[in-house]
Amino acid sequence: MIEVQDLTKAYGAVTAVDHVSFTVNKGEILGFLGPNGAGKTTTMRILTGYMPATSGTAKIAGFDVFGDSMEVRRHIGYLPETPPVYPDMAVEDYLDFVARIKNVPGDKRAARVSEAMRKTNLEDRRAELIKRLSRGYKQRVGIAQALVHDPAVIILDEPTVGLDPKQIIEVRNLIKGLAGDHTIILSTHILPEVSMTCDRVVIINKGKIAAVDTPQNLTSQLKGGQKIRVEVAAPEKALRDALTQVSGTTRVETEPLPANGHLVAIVETAQGDDIRSAIAAKIVQNGWPLFELRGVSLSLEEIFLELTTDDAAHAQASSN
Amino acid sequence: MRNLYAIYRKEMRHYFVSPIAYVVIGAFLFISGYAFNVILRQVIERAFAMEMQSMQFGAPPQFDVPIITMGGFFSFLPTLILIFTPVLTMGIFAEERKRGTMELLMTSPLTELDIVLGKYLAALSVFALMLLPTAGYFVFIFVHSEPAPPWRMLLVAYAAALLIGGALLALGTFISSLTESQIIAAVLTFVAFLFLFLVGFASDSSGTIGAVIHYAAITNHYEDFTKGVIDTSGLIYYFSFIVLFVFLTVRSIDSMRWRRA
Repeated sequence: MIEVQDLTKAYGAVTAVDHVSFTVNKGEILGFLGPNGAGKTTTMRILTGYMPATSGTAKIAGFDVFGDSMEVRRHIGYLPETPPVYPDMAVEDYLDFVARIKNVPGDKRAARVSEAMRKTNLEDRRAELIKRLSRGYKQRVGIAQALVHDPAVIILDEPTVGLDPKQIIEVRNLIKGLAGDHTIILSTHILPEVSMTCDRVVIINKGKIAAVDTPQNLTSQLKGGQKIRVEVAAPEKALRDALTQVSGTTRVETEPLPANGHLVAIVETAQGDDIRSAIAAKIVQNGWPLFELRGVSLSLEEIFLELTTDDAAHAQASSN
Repeated sequence: MRNLYAIYRKEMRHYFVSPIAYVVIGAFLFISGYAFNVILRQVIERAFAMEMQSMQFGAPPQFDVPIITMGGFFSFLPTLILIFTPVLTMGIFAEERKRGTMELLMTSPLTELDIVLGKYLAALSVFALMLLPTAGYFVFIFVHSEPAPPWRMLLVAYAAALLIGGALLALGTFISSLTESQIIAAVLTFVAFLFLFLVGFASDSSGTIGAVIHYAAITNHYEDFTKGVIDTSGLIYYFSFIVLFVFLTVRSIDSMRWRRA
């Protein structure tokens, strides 16, 4: 549905988007994850036809984003970083205006506007002036305008920013509900959002793509293995020696728990090895009480930090 | 053209939701009404004086009060337009850019021409609405004068006012697309109008350069019109002026796509 090839955008000496390539399949939700200034917004602006790329191509629904800009614009709904709302208009009037400029036929407009308001829970605010709405409601109006013409592709730039936790959950559910019928790209720097809503993730940093994969694959594959956490009542050195002896262990870290005097050990293994039973056996063999044993996957946070900071100190901190 | 209408509708609504349109129209009508009053009185006084004179000396001179009043008022009108129209155009693009709504317009299936024309025509409509009540003054005196003056002259005079207003609004629209600040847009527009007016005063027709300036001066063609003469060169001038600045505005909007966010 969306094909991006070698997309580049340079402003003089600064390259905001550097040879970015990815595809989005029909009905998929793609997450665009990256720190501020990574090039997420610029990429979206190129996709929506707001600005042209310096080089490379992007196609939406088979139409070239630069060559067939009008056609592309008919097929997309877009929520920019700041919701593009007119403060002096009422919610309903604003959505009607957007429906008009998105070429929604006259006889369907009222129905579509109502539907967009229903999906974003704006119905009780339909006659209210937008300038009187809170930030969260304004954001919802922004999402509603991206939906009002029922576009095939929806591009959302930080859709949950400024919302309270309840609203965030509602928006995420809304987005998930839209998948299948619509193809969605959303950008964010909120990591849990990506693992909760997206089918696949593109991690972008400084204009370049750092990784493209499903959230699950990223968390399990990237660090190259599993981590297992055990909580034991045992002397530190003895525990370390014992755990290191278990075959498949690549690294052991220990940390005391002051609250109850137990020791927590994180055991890292090479990819694919499941040594949990071996560890359990070893601990019991030594006669130490075992309080907890569980697998700890590398969180998306850690991957994110790992991939987006080159500072060695940061990389060290994230692996603890 | 449905999109153009959508933009037009939205712009008209914005004009009448904010106080600006009401203040501008109100102030304009107040001052133009007062000016009309002053002009009419002066013309009537002169008419009486001349009649007195003619009774002393014999032959009554032709002194057409309605026509002279009309001439006086329409000569004054450009000055009023100069002052009030920059306020009508200053916010046309400045607001959109500040609010980030340009991004919405430019990522929707709208051409830049739709956007520019929709806004320009809305400004022109407000201008026409502003002028309309002044016709009431003339209807009043025409109806009460004997013999009734040719209505055609009045129509031509209003056409002239619309043309010069239309031209200045086009210029104002263009200037509004250049900046995010309404104040700067208003000031620049006012200065540009003023410059065009002064050029008109300073020009004399001697020599080719003088002739070119004379043609370019925005007020000279207007004066021809107010005399009741429809001059095709004047029409071409105003339409070209409008087309030029609408075109430049479209280019200016397009150039926003190439600027840094």
